[in-house]
Parts: sequence; C-alpha cells; structure tokens
Amino acid sequence: MTSVAHATPGAHGGGAHHAPMSFWRKYIFSTDHKIIGIQFLFVSLFFLLVGGFLAMQIRWQLGFPGKPMPGGGILPESMVVNGVILPEYYIQLVTMHGTFMVFFAIMPLLVGVYANFLIPLKIGTHDMAFPRINMASFWLALLAGLIMLAGFFVPDGAPRAGWTMYAPLSARPDLSGVTIGQKLWCISIVALGLSSVMGSVNYITTIINHRAPGMTWFRMPLSVWALFITAILAVLALPVLQGAAIMLLFDQTIGTHFFDPIAGGQALLWQHLFWFFGHPEVYILILPAMGMVSDIIANGSRKPIFGYHSMVFAIVGIAFLGWLVWGHHMFMSGMNPTLGSTFMVSTLLIAVPSAIKVFNWLGTMWRGNLRFHVPMMNAIGFVSMFTIGGLSGIFMAATPVDIPLHDTQFIVAHIHYVLFGGSLFALFAAIPYWYPKMFGRMMDERIGKIHFWLTFITYNFTFFPMHIIGMGGQMRRIYDPTVYDFLKPQQPLNVLISISAFALFASQLLFAFNFLWSLKKGKRAPQNPWDDNGLEWSLPNPAPHGNWEQIPNVYRGPYEFSAPEAGNADFLPQYVKLPTDRDPAPAIAPAAGH
Amino acid sequence: MTHATATADQMRPPFPAEPGAGVYSNKLGMWVFLASDVMFFTALIGSYIVLRFGMTDPWAAPGAVLNVPLTAFNTFLLICSSVSMVKAYAAIADGKKYFLRPVPGKMLRDGGLKLWLLVTIICGAMFVGVQLLEYTKLIGHGFTPAGFREGSQLAEHALADPVRFGAATSGMYGSTFFTMTGFHGFHVTCGVISMLYLYFTKVLPEKYSANDHRGIEVIGLYWHFVDLVWIILFTIVYLI
Repeated sequence: MTSVAHATPGAHGGGAHHAPMSFWRKYIFSTDHKIIGIQFLFVSLFFLLVGGFLAMQIRWQLGFPGKPMPGGGILPESMVVNGVILPEYYIQLVTMHGTFMVFFAIMPLLVGVYANFLIPLKIGTHDMAFPRINMASFWLALLAGLIMLAGFFVPDGAPRAGWTMYAPLSARPDLSGVTIGQKLWCISIVALGLSSVMGSVNYITTIINHRAPGMTWFRMPLSVWALFITAILAVLALPVLQGAAIMLLFDQTIGTHFFDPIAGGQALLWQHLFWFFGHPEVYILILPAMGMVSDIIANGSRKPIFGYHSMVFAIVGIAFLGWLVWGHHMFMSGMNPTLGSTFMVSTLLIAVPSAIKVFNWLGTMWRGNLRFHVPMMNAIGFVSMFTIGGLSGIFMAATPVDIPLHDTQFIVAHIHYVLFGGSLFALFAAIPYWYPKMFGRMMDERIGKIHFWLTFITYNFTFFPMHIIGMGGQMRRIYDPTVYDFLKPQQPLNVLISISAFALFASQLLFAFNFLWSLKKGKRAPQNPWDDNGLEWSLPNPAPHGNWEQIPNVYRGPYEFSAPEAGNADFLPQYVKLPTDRDPAPAIAPAAGH
Repeated sequence: MTHATATADQMRPPFPAEPGAGVYSNKLGMWVFLASDVMFFTALIGSYIVLRFGMTDPWAAPGAVLNVPLTAFNTFLLICSSVSMVKAYAAIADGKKYFLRPVPGKMLRDGGLKLWLLVTIICGAMFVGVQLLEYTKLIGHGFTPAGFREGSQLAEHALADPVRFGAATSGMYGSTFFTMTGFHGFHVTCGVISMLYLYFTKVLPEKYSANDHRGIEVIGLYWHFVDLVWIILFTIVYLI
C-alpha cells in the first residue's frame, strides 16, 4: 500500500501525533468519532434489550391472557397482581416498547453508531467537523434515554397513550391517568431531538466539507450517501416533533389548549405534526440500513453494485417523497377524503424507488461469486424481509384496503417486517462487518451463522402470523383477545406467535454472547478481513485516534470488485494508486472569514 | 502495488476534486442548523395558522389585548441590533479590533468590533427585558397561556365586549401567543449569552482579526435569522 503516501498535508496533524490521554478523556468524555460511535453502540444495545423485555411481556399477555407471568412477582402491585399483568401496565408496555425501539434503539444504532463511526473513516478525514458538539450529542441522547426510562419509576408509571401519543388522551392527565410519566416523555423527546439535530449538523457538514482528495460525490460509498440523506431528513424532521412535543408538554403544564378540542384546540393537529415528522422518521430508520446493506452485498457478491447512480437517486427520491406521504397514517382520522387520495398516490409512488433498490441488490448478487459470510447472510435476510414489509406497505397505502386493516395486527406485522426484518437484520449485518474496525477482533463466524438461522426462522414465525390475525380483525394494543368471540378461534395463532417470540428473544442471547465474548477472545482481525475497497480498511484494526497521519488520496469508486485492473486480487481499494491513475488536486481549504 | 508515477497524458481530463461547499465548516454548520430552526418555527407558526383559522369565532382585535406600541419599540430595538451586528462584522473584516478611535479631521470617532458587538448585546438584552416586562403586565391583566384568568381585568373587558376581546378564543390566543413569542425570546436569550461568551473570550482579548473572524460571522448569521423570525412573528401575532 505504498501509494497511500500521496497525500496533502492535513489541516491539523492526525494519527500518531495525538498525545496520550487519560481514561476519562479517551473513553468517557471523548471527542473521537469512533469512541462516540462505540458509546452509542453499547447504550443503544442496552435500550434494544429493554425494548425486547417489554415486548416479551406484551407477548406473554397476548398469548396467555390471565395466566401468571413467570417472574412477574418481582414487579410492584401497580403493574402486576398475582403475576397477572394489569391493563394499566399493559398499555405502558406497548407505549414504551414502541418508544424505546424507535427512538432509543434502532435510530441511535443506525445513525448514532454508524454515522459517527463510518462517515469520517469512509470519506477519509481525521474526525467530525465539530467533535465537541458530537460528544454533547451522545450525552444528551443518553440523558434523554434515562429520562424516558425513569417513566417506569415515577408515580402513575410510564405514559399510556401509545408511542404515537395521540391527543387528547396524551394531553389530558385526567383522561390518561398519567401525570409525571407523560411529561417525562415530552422532555425526553425534546432532548433527543436536540441531540439528533446536533449529530446531523455534524454529519452533513463533515460529508460536504471534509472529503479526502479525489472522494467526489459519486465515489462515495452508498452507506455514506444514505447517512447523508438521512441526516438531512433528521435535521428537518426532528424539530417538528420537538415543536409538537413542546406544545404537548405545555398543554400538561402551563395550561395551553393546543390539542384539547373542548377549549378550541385540534386533536388532529397533533396527528399532522407527529406524522409530518413520523414519515420522514420511517426513512431515517431504513435508509442507513439500505446503504450499509448495499456496501455489504457488493462485497459479498464480489461485483460492483448494480446501478450505483440509480441507487443514489433512489435514496434521494425516497427521502423527497417521504415528505409528501404523512397522511397515509391518518386515512381513518376524519381527514378530507380527497386529501386521502392524494396521499395514497404519493405513497404508492415510493414503491418505485424502493423497488429499484431491491432489483439492484438482486442484480448485484446475480451471477456473483457469492461469499456467504455472516454479514452477507444477514444482508440477504434484510433484502427478503424488507421486500415482504414493502409489499404489505403497498396494501395499506391503498385507502380502501387500509380501512379494514387500519389499527390491526396487520399494521404491527408490517412495521416489524420493515423495522426488525429490515433495519435490525441490516444491523446484524453491519455489527459483525465493522466489528474488527471497532475492536480489532472478529466476531465468531459459526455462532453468527447459527444466530442468523435461528433469528430468521423464529422471526418469521413471530411476525408472519400477525398478518393473518390482523386480517382476522385483532386490533393492536388490545389487552386480552380472548374476551372477543370473533377472535377466539385465532387464539392458537397468538400462542404460536408468543412462543416464537420467546424463541426469537432467546436467540438474541447468542448474539449478545458472541458480541461480548469476541471483545476479549475473538480471533485477531487481519487488516482487511472482508477484502473490501473502502478507505477505512487502509487503517490498522482498531483504527487509531485521529485515523490517518496523512489523508489518503482516492482514485476510484468503492465497488471495484473483480475489476480486470486488479490483477490477481478480486478487489481494488479506493486508496490504491495504479500506474494509470492521476493524483487528485489537493483539497482546497475554504478561506476563513469569507 | 507498483509505485510507478502516472505517465503524463494531457488528453485526459483533469482528476475531479470537489473541495466542498466553498465555505468554512462553522458557517456551513450554522446554515444547516438554521434550516433545522426554520422547521421548528414552522411547526409553531403552522400550528398557529391552523388553529386560528380553524376557529369559528374571531380572535381579539389587534391591539385589544397586546400592547402594540411597546412591542413596536421592541421590534425597532431588535432591528437596530441587527444593524449593529453588521457594523461589528464590517469593523472586524477591516481589522478594527478597538472600541473607539479618533479619526483625524472628523468630529465623530470611529467604532470598532468591541463597540458594535457591545451595542448588539445591549440591544438584544433590552429586547428580552422588554419582553419580560410585557409578559408580567399581560399576566397581571389576566392574559395567561390558558386564556383570560377568571375575575381579571381582561376577563371583565371580554364580558363587556366579547367580539373585540375575542372572548371565545382567548384560550387558543394565549396558548399560541406565549409559545411562539416565548420560544423566540429563548432564541434571543441564547444569542445574547453566546455573544457575551464571545465578547469576553475572543473579542476583548483581541483574538479576531481581519483574516479570521469566523465566530462573529457565524453568530451574526444566527442573529439575523432570529431578527427575521421576529419580524414575521410581530406581523402575524401583533398586527393581524
């Protein structure tokens, strides 16, 4: 790799020039983007576990209503009586499961971890544009998560209005029966929004201004493209949720009436504000997964990604259309039906860029020299599960179909196919893929494969039957399906779902074990374990503080697999200079003050 | 990998190198943040529009509840502070780090960064002060975020003239008024605190120069944005 030396002097010395730091500066109050990414990883995996525990309790109640929950005795009387979950606690479980998974598990796992960790490594820079703002962003996110978690420990418990917090139930403590927990939800969301905006300002600025020489827009890996577009969505969407959460908080504290129809407020306004944020949020939760899966599928197929430019434009197209579709969450809300048709058309349009992406992934794998390593298997899992989730999305986008399906378990199945089958499978691909870059060791391949198959099978047994019971009329969030005569014949399916869900949860213990065990005992990683082209693999594992001493030059796009120029190797890294390559013009530092 | 140098082939296009947005990162970051802040105020102002036009009863007539002349003076203060911010930026762009300096042959002395930023800080702080005074008076008269307080002076006026004082809509009027102006005031306060911090850590020690005065330009962007938001708020909340 001698050609790496052709580089321009960095604005500030990186790499080995950094002085040794104390433990606190290095690991706790760190401004290094890689440490911040790893901090986010541990914190959001913790919240993923919390969300998982809540889901298990929900499944116990739905599968075995009225039976004492194992271990339920340790919970206080206000939640569980004689081991049986109370309705008041059940609705808290549903609310907080959604809140934790969306805001504190999947979103920080995708954006907090991988935007922080990958962007500087993949575009070739020493750190983020604003490292201290980056650190503040992490600590604010952790604080927000703890405030949210505190909801379970205050009088009246956690919020009970569902993760979407529909008003006026959420705005009026006399209706919901929750005083403090509801306010904590609002405060936590405002803090999380601020953290997200701070992070995203960083990602956008870094990608625009800090790319290595030769790293042109269309040489950026798709993961970076996806994270860039995601950051734009976050910067524009989160403030709307913050504004709405502040109004909701004021309704509960200083006596405003934004969402209270009795005093002239509008309950529907909350839904509009929430989903105006909420639909871009859906793409915040899936675009980074798509980007990382694109990188991994190209690598595992040993072929250039099929249709790189169309992949980029599909990301941009999805992100743009994502602003025009929020009404499809509100077909049943009493919104103007003409407006509903408009939202139906714009929603169906999103299927086009999404399908482009799916076909491009298939085109990439087609006749490739497939390597079935754990990241690749999970990435293929992502593509197949996302396709199912996308197809059920088209069902619900059509207003006439949505009317009977609305608010049933069918919706629950859909969201889990895109969020678990989609985003979480992408994370099961991304975590082992970049694990060596984070910790210098490999995760165990064999445990990884067992984990993949167990997860894939139990996952489908958990979520696929939800489509069926949803079409059979089981509403989501109901406490006990057996009290309804028309739902009784479906109860065996509910039992099957619950047992599969427990098995699914148990399978994740394998992943947790593999993750923690490999930290100390994993096989030492070679420098480029996946034979990949990205700039990050020009660094030792784990990457040193400050990344490169001298920023590498970039000579080509990220997907030059099986290129004839590569000679015997079947990959050609972005930083390798061939005799025919020209050095890029040095990056021009923008003039200060003008 | 071989280490051969590239053969000069003048027929090939030069290597593409994209230097970024062409502005330094602090300024770009502030632009992105302001885009985000636009969305925040859009949520508040959009809700205000939806709520106000969603009501069948009219809102209080302009000036019936709110003290428009006082706020007009406050608006003038904030616009003045934007002018002095431009003067501060122009001063340091010319390298004028000083407070005041005599100009030969002229009666008036020439102001530098230290003067103009101080003027901006004072105008901004006065704006917040006047707004707090306005809030105290309004709440004293009975105008609260929940509407007219029962038994207060305003509630009696509203009984006597329900149309002019918007008796039926006072709850929404109070909700939107205090939320929108309050968050604007919060933004001004944050700006004043940031400028004070810059004043003591960078301006007084003369760390800014004609070549590098990024902090002044970036806080200036923020300040003009906050000023612009106020002009919109003043129009839609107080005047119409």
